[in-house]
Amino acid sequence: MINRESGVFQTSYEGDMSLYTLPLAKRAVWVVLVLLVLLPVPLQLMQNEHLMSIATTIALAAIGAIGLNILVGYTGQISIGQGAFMAVGGYTAAILSSRYGMPFWVGILAGGFVTMLVGTLFGIPSLRIKGLYLAIATLAAQLIIEWTINHVTWIGGGAQSSIYVTNPTLGGFEFNNEFRRYYLVLVFFLLAFFSSQNLIRSRIGRAFIAVRDRDVAAEIIGVNIFRYKLLAFAISSFYAGVAGGLWTYYLRIANYENFTLIVSIEYLAMIIIGGLGSILGPVLGAIFIKLLPIAMDIGVVGVAKNVFGVPYEGVANFLANFQLFVFGALIIIFLIAEPEGLARMWENVKRYFRLWPYSY
Amino acid sequence: MQYRRWLGWGMVALLVGLSGAPTPALAEEIMLGGQCDRTGPTKNVGTVICPGLLDYIRLVNHTGGVEGHTIRYDEVEHAYKVDRAVEAYERLKRQGVVAFLDYGTPIVYALTPRHMEDKLLGITPGFGRADSTDGEAFPYIFPAAATYWSQMGAAMQFVKDQGVKKGDKLGYIFYDNPAGREPLDIFQMICDQEGYECRTFAVPPPGVEMASQILDITRRFKPKFVISHLFGKAPAISIKEFKKNGFPLDKVVSLVWGGGEPDFISAGWENSQGYLAMHFAGVGRDFPVIQAIIKMYQDEGQEVPEIVGSVFYNRGVLSGALLVEGVRQAIQHFGLPITGEKVKMGMEKVKDFSLGGFLPPLTFAPSDHEGGGWVRIYQTKGEGMVPYTDWFQGYRDLVLAEVKKAVEKGKSN
Repeated sequence: MINRESGVFQTSYEGDMSLYTLPLAKRAVWVVLVLLVLLPVPLQLMQNEHLMSIATTIALAAIGAIGLNILVGYTGQISIGQGAFMAVGGYTAAILSSRYGMPFWVGILAGGFVTMLVGTLFGIPSLRIKGLYLAIATLAAQLIIEWTINHVTWIGGGAQSSIYVTNPTLGGFEFNNEFRRYYLVLVFFLLAFFSSQNLIRSRIGRAFIAVRDRDVAAEIIGVNIFRYKLLAFAISSFYAGVAGGLWTYYLRIANYENFTLIVSIEYLAMIIIGGLGSILGPVLGAIFIKLLPIAMDIGVVGVAKNVFGVPYEGVANFLANFQLFVFGALIIIFLIAEPEGLARMWENVKRYFRLWPYSY
Repeated sequence: MQYRRWLGWGMVALLVGLSGAPTPALAEEIMLGGQCDRTGPTKNVGTVICPGLLDYIRLVNHTGGVEGHTIRYDEVEHAYKVDRAVEAYERLKRQGVVAFLDYGTPIVYALTPRHMEDKLLGITPGFGRADSTDGEAFPYIFPAAATYWSQMGAAMQFVKDQGVKKGDKLGYIFYDNPAGREPLDIFQMICDQEGYECRTFAVPPPGVEMASQILDITRRFKPKFVISHLFGKAPAISIKEFKKNGFPLDKVVSLVWGGGEPDFISAGWENSQGYLAMHFAGVGRDFPVIQAIIKMYQDEGQEVPEIVGSVFYNRGVLSGALLVEGVRQAIQHFGLPITGEKVKMGMEKVKDFSLGGFLPPLTFAPSDHEGGGWVRIYQTKGEGMVPYTDWFQGYRDLVLAEVKKAVEKGKSN
């Protein structure tokens, strides 16, 4: 912002290779990082587990959304199976830690890798089919995985298809309250965020973008489509698996009903609203999709009661549906205002202020 | 850019939403809370259950509260989504809620560890976890009404009383999700024990297509009785299919989520005559508590809603009544201030609580958080339901033994 107009010139290879070239961006990232790390401190002082749980849920969703965006936003392969892939990770983690007594980090990583295999398997059709057809193929993945978890007793653990896990512990430190669990999720969220930022500017990331923009052209310039499409599925599923594993440890139960089709669609909504083909987008999308219904719920009910003075009992059904209406309307408005999503909106804000107050 | 303005309004709406922070409880109020699903997949049930609960709380406050204390019940919509239910739980907890209604099977599963950690009680009538009957293993979860296992035990007892003998055929049609499969083991076990010839028929979600299963039951298997365990739109469709295939509906007995007025309305009352369904709360308006609610509406000069006295409404009343009774016992035995632990111990002191025949004689104990597993079977007649049996339990010993086994398995898992 401040020092961009005259150019930022790097004098070392390290500087040129760094993730954020602008000094201000670097500082901003550090500030955000510190804020994220310190977030639980005031909340813990206020004993506000409520806000902490919201923040954790958003961070969790953001991991899954970042993963999905690598596949959909960067590589252009539509997937409606994200929920099921998360379920694979969740159950892998739960089985490993509840039946084999593995520590949580083994569960989460194994969840990531097993999901990676499963995701790659279901990515194979992408070599032949594209667009909506692929979407239907991944829908099949969602249904097949749900069915398998539901009916294979070894995986689901019986009629209830749910497996309890204990609180994750790391060297005697037990993640036994909301504030501690937040850090557990935060670490993985930061890993996911920065690793995907790095991934996208690497050879692999550029290949993904080439495949997205025109796969035939990409093949002609020497991108191995077979490899990169499957790789996109693998990486994206890995993120999903990690997110699913974390979700399991967060709730302390693996239950496939947390990962149904509607969840997959929610993740698609996150990346579309947040902005396809960006890293910040899915994060903003996750915030939007997870926070707005809660804000609406608190706000609409509060306004009805405090401003209009109607008791909740009389208008509960109306309020509940009105929230859905407003939620839908807001999504439409946001998408009309900026089809490229919240990430682009943020870019526009930054651009506006770049020369402020002398913008032209 | 006119959209900018819209966007601005959107932001304003978001900020208003965020600033409308939850209000904490007043000192003399007792906070209860729960989630509801008024917009999600079970909205046809939620929009009837939750008003029942809210009306009962209103009735309690209308008639002087509990031991002189006002009850405040806060409801949070979760649309049957687990993450929103977690948020709802945390929000209500922050407001000082001491006892919850947990709405929905996956939600009960997800919130169970939180209830245990926070020592805050949750009742889950009809929603889940047969093994949480064992209050020693699940101290803060109260199924508070017959679980799916007890319902299955009762259904098997009922068909036995109706003359199903060794070697007779018995069918079980169920919704193929965890809640639908939960009673499966109990069914098989009793079948083996009694020597029935049993077959199960799974209906895959969303349960709108079951012509082949019902054809299979009615034309090929030809059972003497069918036990049905379906949710959502599925019960209505099953009724229509049974009717179409000429299967006598008084040979079908449904567990608790398959016999509400919405099901009969969508199947058509004329098609549902004779259908048997199980309930864990009374049906209709001929109960003192329902009459009191009607009177409350009349005193306030309001029209009595049509749903008052319907199946799901009465279940809401049951949830409210149990929460309030737990609080009442807690105040009587352990005094103020009310905490989750006290409500839990209060709940365990509830004895022969029947609200004038509206409920079975519910008796809780540290080892029994289910209240006895009572049900009653109603038959559809005209545009309503009439009692077909009295309150009864079935295969209680077998069910309790299974609960013990499940708890043991859960511990070793």
